[in-house]
Amino acid sequence: MIKRQAKVVVVGGGLAGLSAAMKICEAGIRVVLVSHQPVKRSHSVCAQGGINAAIDSKGEGDSPDIHFYDTVKGGDFLAHQPLVNDMCHQAPAIIHLMDRLGVAFNRTAEGHLEFRRFGGTLYSRTAFAGATTGQQLLYALDEQVRRYEHDGLVEKLEWHEYLGVVLDESQVCRGGVFHDLRTGALFTISADAVILATGGPGQLYGKSTGSAVCTGSAAAATYLQGAKYGNGEFIQIHPTAIPGQDKLRLMSESARGEGGRVWVPKDPKDNRNPTEIPESARYYFLEENYPLFGNLVPRDVASREIYEVVYNKGLGVGGEAMVYLDLTHKSPEFLDDRLGGILDIYEKFTGDNPKTTPMKIFPAVHYSMGGLWVDYESDGNGLIDHQSPRNQMTSIPGLYAVGEVDYQYHGANRLGANSLLSCIYSGIMMGPGVANYTKTLDKAPEDIPSSVFDQARIKWESRFKEIKSMNGKENPYSLHQELGETLLANVLIVRENKKLEKTLLKIDEIETRFGDLQCLDTSDWSNPTPSFINQLYNMIHLSRIIAKGALLRDECRGAHYKPEFEIVQPDEFDPHEYIDYLEKKSYEEVREEAFPPGHLEYMKKFEENNNHWLKSSIAVYKSNQPEISYEDVDASQVTPRPRKYN
Amino acid sequence: MSQTVLIKIRRKDNPNAAPYWETFELPEKPFANVISCLQDIQKNPVNIGGVRVKPVVWDCNCLEEVCGSCTMVINGKVRQACAALIDPLEKPITLEPMSKFPAVRDLQVDRARMFKDLEQAHAWIDIDGTHDIGEGPAIDQETRHKAYELSQCMTCGCCLESCPQYTLDNNFLGPAVFSQARYFNMHPTGAMHKDKRLEPLMKEGGIANCGNAQNCAAVCPKHIPLTESIAEIGRQTTFHLIKKLFVE
Repeated sequence: MIKRQAKVVVVGGGLAGLSAAMKICEAGIRVVLVSHQPVKRSHSVCAQGGINAAIDSKGEGDSPDIHFYDTVKGGDFLAHQPLVNDMCHQAPAIIHLMDRLGVAFNRTAEGHLEFRRFGGTLYSRTAFAGATTGQQLLYALDEQVRRYEHDGLVEKLEWHEYLGVVLDESQVCRGGVFHDLRTGALFTISADAVILATGGPGQLYGKSTGSAVCTGSAAAATYLQGAKYGNGEFIQIHPTAIPGQDKLRLMSESARGEGGRVWVPKDPKDNRNPTEIPESARYYFLEENYPLFGNLVPRDVASREIYEVVYNKGLGVGGEAMVYLDLTHKSPEFLDDRLGGILDIYEKFTGDNPKTTPMKIFPAVHYSMGGLWVDYESDGNGLIDHQSPRNQMTSIPGLYAVGEVDYQYHGANRLGANSLLSCIYSGIMMGPGVANYTKTLDKAPEDIPSSVFDQARIKWESRFKEIKSMNGKENPYSLHQELGETLLANVLIVRENKKLEKTLLKIDEIETRFGDLQCLDTSDWSNPTPSFINQLYNMIHLSRIIAKGALLRDECRGAHYKPEFEIVQPDEFDPHEYIDYLEKKSYEEVREEAFPPGHLEYMKKFEENNNHWLKSSIAVYKSNQPEISYEDVDASQVTPRPRKYN
Repeated sequence: MSQTVLIKIRRKDNPNAAPYWETFELPEKPFANVISCLQDIQKNPVNIGGVRVKPVVWDCNCLEEVCGSCTMVINGKVRQACAALIDPLEKPITLEPMSKFPAVRDLQVDRARMFKDLEQAHAWIDIDGTHDIGEGPAIDQETRHKAYELSQCMTCGCCLESCPQYTLDNNFLGPAVFSQARYFNMHPTGAMHKDKRLEPLMKEGGIANCGNAQNCAAVCPKHIPLTESIAEIGRQTTFHLIKKLFVE
């Protein structure tokens, strides 16, 4: 018997897609790499500050176990622990691999990798290449995939968009439907497996730190075809971004990792130039409220604090929704070497020099912890069985998801510099399992009846014909802006049920008005309008998952904060008390006096809340609505407990 | 609406269609850039004559000058549209597609040749495999600093647009590729396959075709020392040639 060569379609050419493609090629499998744009322009280039690995090069006593603990704690214990554990243990090998690929990481005097601090940890764990780490990592992977392209193992289809999956009669993925963004042609590709590495949904909010292609459309389209979507309501708001009409540009957490301090004038009417405001008249609210972690508290905490200072205390700079991020105490040479890229961006887009003037920043939508539900297989020892075809597989057999588009790894809040890690880790980790999956298939793609593919193509041809014939009154781009403004106003840092209910009604209204769209351009050649209208349809459905998930989750967890349901932690509380409490509880009745006043009551409430809500929310598409249910989280290694950063 | 901005755009419906200029009048907004103006046109695609037209088509992605996608010619200068703030630009603003790459539509061009040329120049590190074989080679800070300057190339095409030697129909590789070859040759592992990168640069379209106009370094948005790279590759190819003469 001649062994046939398997074929896998990878959709998306960011860190996750490229690392998956590289690993799968290494197994001798052909890859068709599909991307909206040349893969070198993928959104991963926007990642700035670095990538985490507990290499402990500074002798601080860091270890993969501590990295694991920090990550699950940062995510408020909502992530499946075997995955996080495996990722953190693989992290050093991943950094060494990227180093071998030629990434221009910053170096120590001895020529080894340099590390810096990031949020949510007390260790220097973040390797970095200036402040363009994402770009540098992406280029290295792009180069390796180009090498395979040169060898004939990779075929790139750039300027193409994924529209949906091709399912056979047993609902197994046999390929995908694609749209040539130049010619407008719609066609199918048959494959042994399809991998979605399509990134996050920042565009749902109109303005975010996301790139133009980050619409979440591919994930939503797949959800509409029956795939489960997990933890949709967990959207990370990055504390530090700079304003813009077209996007909110990220100001990396590394600015704080390298010593940047966040403050506002104590007197909101203090209109002096910030450099003239003396220390005594400045309110360093993160340092004062969180003496241990200071400016490097996790992002959910920092964003809420900024929100509190600006909106509830009215202390925003100049009365606006802004706070200072100050690096002026650092030398220009140090800043150039470690943060050059982002400081240039700031100066280019605002006209102010951040080396001499504190930056004005505000939180912005940044990352989706949620995404397509994917599976994994534990090795029974708290790590992952890397050979399992189940790893990263969505609820549709043969369809995989990886990178920001999946819902794993970060729980309810992602720690800085863990996204580059999770993208590369999961892309590489899934490789052997995908290769094994292709071997288990009873049929080659060529053996699937052509009618399966014809039907999928015909469905999309009629859909696009329908879109092009839309001749109503609504402008698709304006309707998108309205959707974004609705989510920004109601599904952001602080969430209220009344507002969320209204948001769902507003989404319904937007969906109705979608029917009255005008397709502004009906030409065939390189016409982005019909494609955008289709994306908008998907965005409407995805925003419903997020808003409904947020409405139903009556608790505070990570980035999901609902003051109505907040369980206030006593000031002097120590999270270890909770571990004591659980232990005591297992063999005797716990008495009030065993803990400081009020602590037992708090812990009981916390426990009760966790029993109810420490679960992934899973959305399934049913009769035009997301139906949401809850799944248990594997928290078998580190006992979930209250978070504390002061 | 107090202030407005006039934007004149060189449009083209498809690669074979005749180009034409179309002007739009847009409201002036704080922090506006060329991209946000093009987005405003999408929301109200009406030209200055009051005629409803097809929205302008352009490429963009990251919107913070790290992906290279939205490169175009703005007021006669090639640069990224996202980093072109409206306020300091001379008005009316003119937008044109780059001229050294095949036209696609309006401000879109096809830069596929740049990526193909990277393949020609063996622009990658040859590794044994992705499995864990430990640390990479130690690299001194100075070399790393130099490498980082070069590694920020976004393949945006600014250098080629400004280069008199690079044309639509020749095979000149151009400064971006030379600089990438230098970058990989600088890496301890990359240097082991130096010759594979130098050989293609010594053929027709290679380093000898550089006319030394030095426009490239002046327009590079990442301030990559491209002329320095050209000189260095010139040196490396010369040595390679001499070495070959001796060996043969």
